[in-house]
Amino acid sequence: MVLVLALGDLHVPHRAADLPPKFKSMLVPGKIQHIICTGNLCIKEIHDYLKTICPDLHIVRGEFDEDARYPENKTLTIGQFKLGLCHGHQVIPWGDLDSLAMLQRQLGVDILVTGHTHQFTAYKHEGGVVINPGSATGAYSSINQDVNPSFVLMDIDGFRAVVYVYELIDGEVKVDKIEFKKPPTTNSAP
Amino acid sequence: MIADGSEDEEKWLAAGAAAFKQNAFYMQRAIDSNNLKDALKYSAQMLSELRTSKLSPHKYYDLYMRAFDELRKLEIFFLEETRRGCSVIELYELVQHAGNILPRLYLLCTAGSVYIKTKEAPAKEILKDLVEMCRGIQHPLRGLFLRSYLAQISRDKLPDIGSEYEGDADTVTDAVEFVLLNFTEMNKLWVRMQHQGPAREKERRDKERGELRDLVGKNLHVLSQLEGVDLDMYRDTVLPRVLEQIVNCRDEIAQYYLIDCIIQVFPDEYHLQTLDVLLGACPQLQPSVDIMTVLSRLMERLSNYAALNAEVLPYFLQVEAFSKLNNAIGKVIEAQEDMPILSAVTLYSSLLKFTLHVHPDRLDYADQVLGSCVKQLSGKGKIDDTRATKELVSLLSAPLEKYNDVVTALKLTNYPLVVEYLDTETKRIMATVIIRSIMKNNTLITTAEKVEALFELIKGLISDLDEPQGLEVDEDDFEEEQNSVARLIHMLYNDDPEEMFKIVSILKKHFLTGGPKRLKFTIPPLVVSTLKAIASGRRQSFWKEASVTATKIFQFLNQIIEALPNVPSPDLAFRLYLQCAEAANKCDEEPIAYEFFTQAYILYEEEISDSKAQVTALQLIIGTLQRMHVFGVENRDTLTHKATGYSAKLLKKPDQCRAVYACSHLFWLEDRETIQDGERVLLCLKRALKIANSAQQMANTARGSTGSVTLFIEILNKYLYFYQKGVPQITVESVESLIKLIKNEESMPSDPSAESFFASTLQFMEFEKQKEGAIGERYQEIKV
Repeated sequence: MVLVLALGDLHVPHRAADLPPKFKSMLVPGKIQHIICTGNLCIKEIHDYLKTICPDLHIVRGEFDEDARYPENKTLTIGQFKLGLCHGHQVIPWGDLDSLAMLQRQLGVDILVTGHTHQFTAYKHEGGVVINPGSATGAYSSINQDVNPSFVLMDIDGFRAVVYVYELIDGEVKVDKIEFKKPPTTNSAP
Repeated sequence: MIADGSEDEEKWLAAGAAAFKQNAFYMQRAIDSNNLKDALKYSAQMLSELRTSKLSPHKYYDLYMRAFDELRKLEIFFLEETRRGCSVIELYELVQHAGNILPRLYLLCTAGSVYIKTKEAPAKEILKDLVEMCRGIQHPLRGLFLRSYLAQISRDKLPDIGSEYEGDADTVTDAVEFVLLNFTEMNKLWVRMQHQGPAREKERRDKERGELRDLVGKNLHVLSQLEGVDLDMYRDTVLPRVLEQIVNCRDEIAQYYLIDCIIQVFPDEYHLQTLDVLLGACPQLQPSVDIMTVLSRLMERLSNYAALNAEVLPYFLQVEAFSKLNNAIGKVIEAQEDMPILSAVTLYSSLLKFTLHVHPDRLDYADQVLGSCVKQLSGKGKIDDTRATKELVSLLSAPLEKYNDVVTALKLTNYPLVVEYLDTETKRIMATVIIRSIMKNNTLITTAEKVEALFELIKGLISDLDEPQGLEVDEDDFEEEQNSVARLIHMLYNDDPEEMFKIVSILKKHFLTGGPKRLKFTIPPLVVSTLKAIASGRRQSFWKEASVTATKIFQFLNQIIEALPNVPSPDLAFRLYLQCAEAANKCDEEPIAYEFFTQAYILYEEEISDSKAQVTALQLIIGTLQRMHVFGVENRDTLTHKATGYSAKLLKKPDQCRAVYACSHLFWLEDRETIQDGERVLLCLKRALKIANSAQQMANTARGSTGSVTLFIEILNKYLYFYQKGVPQITVESVESLIKLIKNEESMPSDPSAESFFASTLQFMEFEKQKEGAIGERYQEIKV
């Protein structure tokens, strides 16, 4: 069993002061094995903060990140799953699931994690799952109104992944759960 | 000389100690053989060594301690003698036969101690006799130690309440009288030391006196330990008498030490009830006495007392502790014209902490203290004493720490006036402290007035106008500070768009005049704050009848973003323009949205030259433009035309290709029938194919290998996308031929990731075929 934290679009300090204290108290060091971040941190302090939660940190570049070392997209394998990570401003129309599915096919991943819209989504289809963890700070977005801060925890165990989404609504943390099983026989492999 | 002196002293101490030891030995032998006469003789000889005036107080103390130990033995012997039938009255007479006065008095005190123990006479009589007799020694050092001996042996024999020596004739009043008298005499002796010897040895003398102070202070400690010294006794007798002595002795060292001693040894409750008296004595002390420290400690004690015992707070009000302290401090400062600024600030700092603890609800008190502080600082310019600066920071931090709420501190009108006296560097530090407090406590600042007040306080971080030449701020520090200002902006918020517009106007004023290097940090959050206000106004349908129109706010945004390209931060400005364009889109403001797009395009053309930056910028242009519904045909055509033009001009062929096929989305919006132009979708895709072809050819020529087929598969996916949406121009044939083309390319040796991409695309088509309804039917038409 592996815990993967997915979050992004924090936009500190352009659009938000910090992560909500309630989130900070939940994200304690030592519990999480990997962090995948969809970008737009934007400052180094946030990078350093994420490192304290878990040193295994994977970040892709958002359009407001100045750090040019972050790649445009990234793939990694956790358990039996292949994960793809991309901020999402590159995929037009923004947040469009059919277009994201194309990226997913291109990267050849079971789970694609993207951001940019500041709206949590988890979408299951034949080829896998597309997840958007939303904005961890609830940062302003011109795409979505009334952004609630949210992040995603993925519990990956072999062929099974449970996706928990944490959303801060009116000061209360709400949790939702989505389960996903990878079909053991995949013919996508060449 | 000094070396000689100390050598001398060593010699004397050695000689004295030897004689002392010898006599002590004989005394012990006499005691062992119950020979009272010899015991008295040798003890008197032994004590004669204390008559020396060659020793420093420190060495004299050594000798005294030895004598003390020997006298304990003698006292026990005396006691045994009385039990064996020797009359204590006779003994008391007998010891007075000693030839020298100093040994005689030591012996008398020892015998007196036994006399009291036997209770054959009232304790008060004997104590009175002893304390009077000790007047016989007027040499300061010898007298001090003799009286110290008296204090020590009498300590457990005072007729205190509950003591076995209390009786009809002996009351606690007698005990107090005795200790007060001894205290007074000791203090006189101690003070007299100051006037002995040449003036040039003053420093050494001050040091020696310092070593002896505890002998005098011990008396006050004894008084504080007496059960019978209750508040009444303290107020009516002890305090006035002690203060009288302190004031009258006119000695700087004694006054400073003893006042502090009073404050430390007696209970806080007593101080609270006698504040008038205690504070009344302060201005009467010598001008050189460090009264600030004394008062600071008093206030510190009282603050702690109040903090730990909530039930005593009413007493503080009852005795008007604050106004008394405030007055006393005012008088002290007034009396000492050339008081160092550090002392004054320290005093006000203590007083402020006192009132914050004791009267947290009385902001006016706190403001009053700050006001007095300003008065004291005025005309002195910026403070250059680093300790005073530190103390001032501590003073200014106190209200923030107490209230955990900067809004409360903002109500203190004198607060910013004090800040004015800090130097530039310290102002920055103070500003950081304030911001940190706001962030830590999550304090929202909700009105323009408060924002203005806050910015007055944190000017040090907002503006670099009065920065001294040559003072370079570390770049990392600067960045951290400016980021903290950026974060702060999100705490300045009001739901009411009108008030919010006032707030952002204040911010704009400060930021635009604060120097260019801060803009790249402060402008983005300011733009976002303004956009938030626009969004919340739209939700409340505010803009329709408001005095501030959305148009005006968009103009405002234009003005602030304009400052960025010159900084230069064109990339940031470019992104912000697009954000604004989208906000204008939501407000149905076509000309404004068009203007923002124009600005973004100009920056793209003139400032963004890095090819990688161009790719991202173009993704943002296309992505934003795709979402715009506000534009009429003409404006839309201009903007999309430009965007496709930019796409075809990117440096790398694959980037060109991808940008061009992304542009296809500008011409077909599923939910808007007015924007469904299949011809142009097809045109984009065909153009992308052409570029993909030439990319492959180029790879062929340049590297001698076939380029990747990936671009074709990407375009195939786009074909499928629009085919599925029912774009009539995307025909089955065109899809089929594209698949065929890719299959041909695939037969050549190529890369596995492209193969896998193609395979999953085909698999995706299979899945879609299985679906019921129109989509399934459309896919079934495609023959792979």
